Amino acid sequence: MKFADVEVGHELPAARYELSREDLIAYADASGDQNPIHQDEAVARSVGLPDVIAHGMLTMGLAGTVVADWAGDPARVRSYGTKFTAPVVVPATENAVVDVTGTVVKRDEDARTVEVDLVVTSAGAKVLTRARAVVHLP
Amino acid sequence: MTTVNVDESFTGRVYPAQGSSTVTADAVRAFARAVRAAHPAHHDADAARALGYADVVAPPTFAVTLAQQAEQQFVADPAAGIDFSRVVHGEEQFTHHRPIVAGDDLAAEVHVDRVRVVRGNAMITTRTELALTDGTPVTTVVSMLVVRAPEESA
Repeated sequence: MKFADVEVGHELPAARYELSREDLIAYADASGDQNPIHQDEAVARSVGLPDVIAHGMLTMGLAGTVVADWAGDPARVRSYGTKFTAPVVVPATENAVVDVTGTVVKRDEDARTVEVDLVVTSAGAKVLTRARAVVHLP
Repeated sequence: MTTVNVDESFTGRVYPAQGSSTVTADAVRAFARAVRAAHPAHHDADAARALGYADVVAPPTFAVTLAQQAEQQFVADPAAGIDFSRVVHGEEQFTHHRPIVAGDDLAAEVHVDRVRVVRGNAMITTRTELALTDGTPVTTVVSMLVVRAPEESA
């Protein structure tokens, strides 16, 4: 993606990800975050959660992939932040679905950066809020 | 109303880096697979070199693996009073000063920027500064955790 080709309002290709319990274990192993609320429904329920939930950082990571793929070079993502507002619930018997869309909301001519606002939903709920990435484009 | 026993006086503490650790290509690839990042620069050193990097490049949120590990010095300190089973992730922010690539030897310094108890819940903001061993800044990771108060007992 080239800076000159991107205007405010530009939409990134939308992505849909399915998450199974095995995907959560793969993220736990890759990240080192072995909190049992992401693997064991008895533990999740004991702390008031409806079921096993995905790591918030996994959801943030998936949305980051959407931005990095669009940018064309993953290291062009210069900053990326979010608030976590709702969990992605991952039942034992069916995959959770996470939908990601992104829109360019700002453009900085001098820095050659654009700011992308990401909307990330699962089961009808917005799971990330103020998910924003700043991307440097050539 | 119940309240957490988190110690607000930890605000301002700095945990200096405990040595450094080398980012491996396998760690980058496994993390990239887990977040469905299929870009060849995460997986293939030649593809990464074609983009100007010394080796495979980490995805934008990979730094959390190093930050969460370093934060344990504070989060797992019994004196801080953090019950990890009651922790939920509130916010996360990455600022990349340069890309993380396999072979980087990174040191992590943890700053406790703020510990605040509001209406029984604690809000804890940590900032982990990842740097090369010569001090070159690599990534700043800011993380806000919420420690929920125990439920009211009947």
